[in-house]
Amino acid sequence: MIEIKDIYKSFDDKQVLKGITSTFKEGSCNLIIGASGSGKTTLIKCMVGLHEVDSGEILYNDRDFANLDFHERIPIRKEIGMLFQGSALFDSLTVQENVMFSLNMFTEMPNSEKLDRVNFCLSRVNLENVNKKFPAELSGGMKKRVGIARAIAMQPKYLYCDEPNSGLDPKTSIVIDNLIKEITEEYNITTIVNTHDMNSVMEIGDNILFLHKGEKWWEGSSKDIRHTHNKELNDFVFASKFFKEAMESNNL
Amino acid sequence: MLFYHLGKYVLLMKASLKRPEKWSFYWKEIIREMVSIGVGSVGIISIISIFMGAVTTVQTAFQLVSNLIPLSVIGQITRDNSILELSPTIGALVLAGKTGSNIASQIGTMRVTEQIDALEVMGVNSPGYLILPKIIAGITMIPMLVIVSVFLSILGGMIAGNLSGAVTQSEYITGLQADFKTILLTAGMVKAIVYAFIITSVSSYQGFYTEGGALEVGESSTRAVVVSCILILFADYIIAQLLL
Ligand SMILES: Nc1ncnc2c1ncn2[C@@H]1O[C@H](COP(=O)(O)OP(=O)(O)OP(=O)(O)O)[C@@H](O)[C@H]1O
Ligand SMILES: [Mg+2]
Repeated sequence: MIEIKDIYKSFDDKQVLKGITSTFKEGSCNLIIGASGSGKTTLIKCMVGLHEVDSGEILYNDRDFANLDFHERIPIRKEIGMLFQGSALFDSLTVQENVMFSLNMFTEMPNSEKLDRVNFCLSRVNLENVNKKFPAELSGGMKKRVGIARAIAMQPKYLYCDEPNSGLDPKTSIVIDNLIKEITEEYNITTIVNTHDMNSVMEIGDNILFLHKGEKWWEGSSKDIRHTHNKELNDFVFASKFFKEAMESNNL
Repeated sequence: MLFYHLGKYVLLMKASLKRPEKWSFYWKEIIREMVSIGVGSVGIISIISIFMGAVTTVQTAFQLVSNLIPLSVIGQITRDNSILELSPTIGALVLAGKTGSNIASQIGTMRVTEQIDALEVMGVNSPGYLILPKIIAGITMIPMLVIVSVFLSILGGMIAGNLSGAVTQSEYITGLQADFKTILLTAGMVKAIVYAFIITSVSSYQGFYTEGGALEVGESSTRAVVVSCILILFADYIIAQLLL
């Protein structure tokens, strides 16, 4: 479980996050949605320590990450997996070396065991026979899958995904979404996904956090979102006419 | 502005010189970088070295108009210049262009494609992992390249002397054996090590703080070369003052 309390963050004199508080539970997919520039990426980056918050608490099972130093954070960092928007695979390493990276760096496992773990993770994301390939030789969807495999290699308790669907076709998007959902439930991970894809919201969102101009504007489940009277949220969710009509015709 | 960059540079160096998480893992990176910096630059260093020596010999011969000075001096001058200045400094300037731009664009690309963020999230000390192996590889391989360069430069001088008839082989060799001061060798090696540190660390710094996209990566790599070259010549002057 991750709790965030009253997170503030500004860049220079621009206030980007204005007191965000929320709780993210194990085994659930928590989605952060909001318009471009609303602070989604900033929030995630604060939570994993890529940005330092100005004030507030970030509790990973009651350990306050925000107020720890580099060394004290390492045990928590090892429990965090992250899928980046552009996959961020190490491009001088093969797929196998990418997935094995943190095992090599942080564990004393024998080679065969590491290899087993890598193969397990790759098969979990339905990739086979790509071990020796380099990231440049993979398609966008495959890179995302390798990214997921790398993120779960250390059996994380917390999984972050920044825009997992960006740049993917609708079908591949759904595959990736489902993969994230399955992995979350299978391993009881606390997952936080940052997206503007409304399909994902409806498909995999257990808990949804809507950010508007750096504030938590609305929070609830994907069922509630259809009946909300919150104007900004409605504008965001039903920005696509097609989506709105589809929802209405299905009488959801 | 200068102090801002200087401060940031010093902090980055401090972070990169931290004790590695796991030596065995760093070791592989060091070897990889050694191959890339050392083996990858032997070709270009060999070519420029031969020509440097050749040019020095031909031009020294041209400038020696007095009949009172023996021609063997040409060999001595080529030798001393190669050891003290040509091989370390010109070699380093060429390596700044090759290795420096390579390091800056490699690290810069990792920055803009979030690969460095990925390392950080895993809990890896990214300056250490990315920069330390490059510095170690640089300060071991670049002095070796300079030694190769010295030999080839002297050889180039001998060939050019022969071809142009400016100085015979035996006169040249007599010159090479005359009156050698070890301080030249010391100064040359000190230069090589300092330049190696400048090239690898400055280029890493430029790459590490790249912001934006592909365009900025290009800019960082240009800046890495320009700043390295200026600092190399500045260091050249300082070392000459201090050691000679
Ligand atoms: N490193 C930074 N320095 C300065 N300002 C920043 C930085 N990162 C983000 N910002 C600003 O913070 C605001 C929120 O950005 P953020 O990237 O979090 O938005 P987002 O919700 O992820 O948008 P998108 O959906 O487009 O990815 C923007 O106005 C942006 O200009
Ligand atoms: Mg974003």
